[in-house]
Amino acid sequence: MSERIVGTVKRVVGPVIEAVCTDDAEMLELVYVGEHRLIGEVVRIRQRSAWVQVYEDTTGLRPGAPVYGTGEPLSVELGPGLVGGIYDGVQRPLDVLRARTGDFISKGVHAPAIDRDKRWHFVPQVQAPCPVTGGMVIGAVRETDAILHKIMLPPSVAGELIHIATEGDYLVEDVIGRVRTVEGETDVTLFQRWPVRVSRPYAERLPQSQPLITGQRVVDTLFPVARGGVVVVPGGFGTGKTMIQHALAKWCDADLVVYIGCGERGNEMTEVLTDFPKLIDPRTGKSLMDRTILIANTSNMPVAAREASIYTGITIAEYFRDMGYSVAVMADSTSRWAEALRELSGRMEEMPADEGFPAYLPTRLAEFYERAGMVKTLAGDEASITTIGAVSPPGGDFSEPVTQHTKRFIRTFWALDKQLANARHYPAISWRDSYSEYVDDVSEWWEKKTHGEWRSLRAGILSIMQREARLERVVKLVGADVLPDSQRLVLDVASLFKNAFLQQNAYDKVDAFCVAEKQYLMLKIIIVYYEHATEAIAHGTALATLNKLDVMRDMMQMKFECGNEDIPKLRDLLARVERAVREYSNTPA
Amino acid sequence: MNTPTPQPERPDDRLLDRREYVGVTEVSGPIVALNGIHNVGYNELVEIGDGRGNLRLGMTLEVSEGAAIAQVFEGTSGLRLSSTRVRFRGEPLTITVSPEILGRAFDGLGRPADGSPEPSGEERDVNGLPVNPTARDYPRKFIQTGISAIDGMNTLVRGQKLPIFSGSGLPHRQIVAQITRQAKIVGEDAPFAVVFAGMGIKHDEAMFYLRSFEESGAMGRVVAYLSLADAPSVERRITPRAALTAAEYLAFDLGMHVLVILTDMTNYCEALREISTQRQEIPSRKGYPGYLYSDLASIYERAGMIIGRQGSITQVPVVSMPNDDISHPVPDLSGYITEGQIVLERDLDQRGIYPPIAGLPSLSRLMKDGIGEGMTRADHAHLASQLFAGYAQVKNIRALASVIGEEELSTLDQTYLQFGETFERKFLSQGIDEDRSITQTLDLGWEVLSVLPREELHRITEEEIRKYYGK
Ligand SMILES: Nc1ncnc2c1ncn2[C@@H]1O[C@H](COP(=O)(O)OP(=O)(O)OP(=O)(O)O)[C@@H](O)[C@H]1O
Ligand SMILES: [Mg+2]
Repeated sequence: MSERIVGTVKRVVGPVIEAVCTDDAEMLELVYVGEHRLIGEVVRIRQRSAWVQVYEDTTGLRPGAPVYGTGEPLSVELGPGLVGGIYDGVQRPLDVLRARTGDFISKGVHAPAIDRDKRWHFVPQVQAPCPVTGGMVIGAVRETDAILHKIMLPPSVAGELIHIATEGDYLVEDVIGRVRTVEGETDVTLFQRWPVRVSRPYAERLPQSQPLITGQRVVDTLFPVARGGVVVVPGGFGTGKTMIQHALAKWCDADLVVYIGCGERGNEMTEVLTDFPKLIDPRTGKSLMDRTILIANTSNMPVAAREASIYTGITIAEYFRDMGYSVAVMADSTSRWAEALRELSGRMEEMPADEGFPAYLPTRLAEFYERAGMVKTLAGDEASITTIGAVSPPGGDFSEPVTQHTKRFIRTFWALDKQLANARHYPAISWRDSYSEYVDDVSEWWEKKTHGEWRSLRAGILSIMQREARLERVVKLVGADVLPDSQRLVLDVASLFKNAFLQQNAYDKVDAFCVAEKQYLMLKIIIVYYEHATEAIAHGTALATLNKLDVMRDMMQMKFECGNEDIPKLRDLLARVERAVREYSNTPA
Repeated sequence: MNTPTPQPERPDDRLLDRREYVGVTEVSGPIVALNGIHNVGYNELVEIGDGRGNLRLGMTLEVSEGAAIAQVFEGTSGLRLSSTRVRFRGEPLTITVSPEILGRAFDGLGRPADGSPEPSGEERDVNGLPVNPTARDYPRKFIQTGISAIDGMNTLVRGQKLPIFSGSGLPHRQIVAQITRQAKIVGEDAPFAVVFAGMGIKHDEAMFYLRSFEESGAMGRVVAYLSLADAPSVERRITPRAALTAAEYLAFDLGMHVLVILTDMTNYCEALREISTQRQEIPSRKGYPGYLYSDLASIYERAGMIIGRQGSITQVPVVSMPNDDISHPVPDLSGYITEGQIVLERDLDQRGIYPPIAGLPSLSRLMKDGIGEGMTRADHAHLASQLFAGYAQVKNIRALASVIGEEELSTLDQTYLQFGETFERKFLSQGIDEDRSITQTLDLGWEVLSVLPREELHRITEEEIRKYYGK
């Protein structure tokens, strides 16, 4: 245990303390403060003063209390045992804390993030001696049913592997390999550490070309996100940010999900903890918890640890990316993180910029979102991190600083609309205000899947929605009754699309998740109906006649009645729609 | 990460804490500053003597070598720089908890306010500790309030935090009283208690609540913490925390189901703003401090249930919306923390509809797990969703009608207007003493829905239509 005292507390201002420090204190060094040894981080040094943000409640802390240095930056532990776990913002395992101190989190409790007593079955994948480079995979551990945990050399370790353990059960601290580097010999264990504020290296960035399929129709079809992409979901309270993040955490086709509950509700974490183990990942057939890691720094937990939580989360994500996986990171909500930044900055008496946020807010946001991407790893694999951040704008007003700055660094914007949410149109993603810059990147993938139809179907529906928007303006002034049938058809089809396609109830067993094929067929059915109905109306059929067709009801219910496995049923509906409406286009009524 | 062990406290700390100082260097609003002191902790209790034998309580807001800043809960009026005596207690503010607190009334700082002596029992820090998310038990039990707008469309569950967003002159008092009177878990007869925190409300308002609890036969199980309008506003910072400390004790130590009423949270936030402005902190919106969200969360998050413990804390805070503005920082940040909101609407109130619970902006986020087969009824979710959708359409059509006139509307649109009217008059509206069962509420919902043609009911299954539509 280190007894290196680097300073003494001079002033306590909430979660920030000022300490008189020795020459020895380092910037961004992890420190322990006072008799309870509260975890803190040095965030500014000026002459003989060090400012420390403290990750635990500072109640009772007094001037004169010692500050102990560790000589290390704030870091996370990376190794087998992370998956399925739940950690606070500085990676303290919440289940272990509970076992130690009970149902409430008290301060000054320390526990290693990774279980030191658990044995893992290690299978070597290389033989010693052999030349090795940083990030190379030297073996693997089956961590969960869904995740094969690859044991990598730390990125900085290169040289010659002179020893590797034989297959067998090891503790995370056991030496399983030894590398001779230019600086001497280094032991390799099943786990490693990495400072959270530094991004882990990769070989090169790659362009995005594959969609991250989320199973949410409005997302995949209208506003897709590419693997390695970045998305922001802004919305006022109760508009569905958390629901969409949970839906993605459940159904998106990433290999691993890191869910960061940053300054949000305790019950939402509990919900994940109770629901996920019971849910089955449709792709792997394994429990969803087997591919999920939770970072939970809820709104009532210390604010400085909230600031750290997104770095803890993204660093863990990078580690799994380095194994070659496609990782999705959800951060709910980045506004709470920005507010933590604001509070800490205010306590340090920094000059505020817009709405009290520090001037470096955009830089920090950029740094966070830049850690997403599609890359070639040091081990040579293609892997990605897709980041989806929620933003909670005050008063639901998107012109505020966090939404505006974030917009500069992301390429997909899912704007949640209060009015849609009020009408219980979920997901309340506005088709007018949202956008995705990944459409071109992913269209190749979709075209292959849909016999080259995706682009034109998508363009078809977008044009209908645009015409509807124009017509709505007229309707608002004079009512829909005065419009000719051909225009009322546009309104009806738009409404069909909203109700039957865009709306997707996250609680419905059949509809919670929708495979790509089903999305495509549903869209095609609506477009085919529209085209034939336009024809029929041109031939003199009344819209009222078409509205009475049986297929209208079937289209309305198709999302519930045709499950993800009932693709033939949808093809059949498509044929029936064609037949039913085409009858009217040849024989005028 | 290294894991050092905590050192034992040095024995002389305790002695030093008790040290008393005479004289302060600055008094400004509710805040005093002192120099020449030693060994004082952050967020700790201070006792301030005004030199005339009266003792006031306060708390340190900032401590540094040789100096401290403290807020005085009971205000600073009459304090003099030289004669003010300050004693540091070396511990945070606590209240006493024991079964004896039931039926008692305390002031905003947790001291007896009913003439009876201080209860004997255990001292608990009012700040509480955050619940470990892994220890929470997810709330799922439907509480029947007997109010259709709540039970049918914004269902309350045990352990939820569901505020009422109100405006001046709107009947939130009556609604809170009605909920407390009628709330029950169907088929269960567990002990329940009410913890009431009154912040900045008038004396007669507090009396109204207490009387209504009494009438509901709950008085022996009510604990009140009152910091009324004439009490110094800074004291309100403590009031909800004292109340929740009592609630946690009743729920998690004694196994009771506790309903916590916090009113009015907007007054609470104003007290916070006052202190923050006084300290010249950088404000965020409307002068409220940047940490308002975290501060409110430290109150609202003290609701819920814990695995393996009997009781529960259900919170119904009252949040008034200045100028009926739901985007005002207090309701806005509350909405971001609580699990839904019951919004009262002036327009409904003016049309004589009680309870004037707004159809669209109201929401209960925990509803989904508390309703359905075996809890309320299988059709509940679809019915509620369809009522919301229909009512949203009504709002659009009313807007249109105000432009083109009702006569110009299509027949379907006119039917919608009729549906809207029926929904408000029959479903929303009910007597102040009318206690509807969930079945009555749902059947009423169907009756109202049956005004609409069945082709309009997209969110209902064929089977449900057959079973309930037009019956
Ligand atoms: N896809 C959906 N299906 C069904 N219900 C939904 C869906 N999306 C949102 N909801 C409803 O909306 C409510 C609010 O959603 P959610 O909790 O995600 O809001 P939020 O934007 O995260 O709010 P806050 O900012 O306050 O956390 C949910 O409790 C649920 O009732
Ligand atoms: Mg949320």
